Amino acid sequence: MSSTTRAPQPPLTSRTPRSPMAPPRSFLWSRGIFLTLLTVFVLVPVYVMISSSLKPLADVTGKFRWLPSGLTFRPYIDIWSTVPLARYFVNSLIVAGAATICSVIIAVFSAYAVSRYNFRGKRVFTVTVLSTQMFPGILFLLPLFLLYVNIGNATGIALFGSRGGLILTYLTFSLPFSIWMLIGYFDSVPRDLDEAALVDGCGPLGALFRIVVPAAIPGIVAVAVYAFMTAWGEVLFASVMTNDTTRTLAVGLQGYSTLNDVYWNQIMAASLVVSVPVVAGFLLLQRYLVTGLTAGAVK
Amino acid sequence: MSTGTNMTTTTASADTGERTVRKNSPGAARGPRRTGRIRRIGLPYLLLLPALLLELLVHLVPMVIGIVMSFKELTQFYIRDWGTAPWSGFDNYKVSLDFNAPVGDALLHSFLVTVGFTLLSVGLCWLIGTAAAVFMQDTFRGRGLLRALFLVPYALPVYAAVITWVFMFQHDNGLVNHVLHDQLHLTDKPSFWLIGDNSFVALLVVSVWKGWPFAFLIVMAGLQNIPKELYEAAALDGAGMLQQIRRITLPSLRPVNQVLILVLFLWTFNDFNTPYVLFGKAAPEAADLISVHIYQASFVTWNFGTGSAMSVLLLLFLLVVTGVYLLLTSRGRKTADV
Repeated sequence: MSSTTRAPQPPLTSRTPRSPMAPPRSFLWSRGIFLTLLTVFVLVPVYVMISSSLKPLADVTGKFRWLPSGLTFRPYIDIWSTVPLARYFVNSLIVAGAATICSVIIAVFSAYAVSRYNFRGKRVFTVTVLSTQMFPGILFLLPLFLLYVNIGNATGIALFGSRGGLILTYLTFSLPFSIWMLIGYFDSVPRDLDEAALVDGCGPLGALFRIVVPAAIPGIVAVAVYAFMTAWGEVLFASVMTNDTTRTLAVGLQGYSTLNDVYWNQIMAASLVVSVPVVAGFLLLQRYLVTGLTAGAVK
Repeated sequence: MSTGTNMTTTTASADTGERTVRKNSPGAARGPRRTGRIRRIGLPYLLLLPALLLELLVHLVPMVIGIVMSFKELTQFYIRDWGTAPWSGFDNYKVSLDFNAPVGDALLHSFLVTVGFTLLSVGLCWLIGTAAAVFMQDTFRGRGLLRALFLVPYALPVYAAVITWVFMFQHDNGLVNHVLHDQLHLTDKPSFWLIGDNSFVALLVVSVWKGWPFAFLIVMAGLQNIPKELYEAAALDGAGMLQQIRRITLPSLRPVNQVLILVLFLWTFNDFNTPYVLFGKAAPEAADLISVHIYQASFVTWNFGTGSAMSVLLLLFLLVVTGVYLLLTSRGRKTADV
């Protein structure tokens, strides 16, 4: 496919940090074969997505072809009019963006409290928050649906069907993992630093925002990426809790497959367009995610 | 709320210890804040308040409501005002667990499918992820690029990735049949992948494709915490590559794996997005995962009472599995925090 699928080169002995001896030849061979097969497995769907989005309709309705009979950008123009994709896109941006910002801020406060203070109920808090990860989404989908409807009926605050309700829901999805990861990250920031700041007259919040947060930026970035991805990709709650005006991409994209003609080239183009923001962001920031995980979650 | 003396003994002694140090040498202070006692005790709770309130609203209160709902006869007539739905005792549970009647039988089938699917998917994800991470522990040319590539399935939004697989699994114009039937001639005629028994395979492939990079990411991060000296010492002692992996890498990864496998298990078991996008609202019997099954039982038939009872049973099962798993894997290890 591309030059990247070639079997990787054997390591330069001088740059090998792991062992003073060069790895045996059999190891290099199995590594080459394994990584090549894995690359093919990973890349085939990506290739299908990209190539099909550039094909004329005839190419995707007939037998599958590896190479397009001709290249066209038509699908990228048509996607915006076949379904209201722009509106879904804006909805997803608002919901995922707001959920991410709120989730990160709340997680920073919680993680700071757990990392720096001893207080009664600390363990109960961390265990409870983490155990919510275990709940099947389906368990609280129904009650949450009823709760939002009833809150709406009682107070007039429209949570059901609104972006606000979805933001509220999504931010709690990423919260447990974010808090857990940030606790580990904050623990790795030396206490002496923020205690010196406290002695210098900063309040606890001053120490948090001037010392701890700047030192933990990689962890915070990692958490933000995670929160955004969680909200951007969620399907279950979006399918129940949105209406025509607040529909997000996760549900909206399925609108294509309910049309009479299935425009696979357009579906692939739309999938690509909605993936680009998250994949680009993720790949740019994955370095932080790995450092964040190393310092935080994996200890 | 509480005073220092009410806290656990370790906390209290640490606290006083720090205070003494601070009194003696303010410069090297590691002590508590200057602010008042009440503020100092109240502050952590204040910091936790937003998270607590939200978790209460979205997770804990709905969970309690869900448990209450499971004891009610909650059909579409009562949705506007669910409090007025009549109590039905354990009827919903009896219906769900009566394996001779259609509802219970379908639930049991769905449960068994989900267990099989989860075990296979988690096993494969862990295996591929660990192998890739171990193979990529040493630097080689193109490693950074390959690592970024491998993370793409994880970074893609679930629906975009799964829709692409739906296209690939199409009967007439999909890639899978084209390769297996037209190019490799492995099948007599093009197969159906998204209906019938093959759907289980399709679901597994998609799930592993999406899931293994997470295992890769976590194991890779875990590997970075293994001191290089261990490998150097082992190499000097004459340990080969395989022995190093068996004696150093895998044992060092144990704590990471303990959490990783649990998280993978829970996420896969509860996964709704993948089957829902792959098959739509009606999953084929062979790939009828429990989340979609309960969703169906609730929103298609509008019978929330039975749906809630099934959800509660599912939660109980996951609680027991998690508890037993943690007990078994923590034995002989001191696990201060999980």
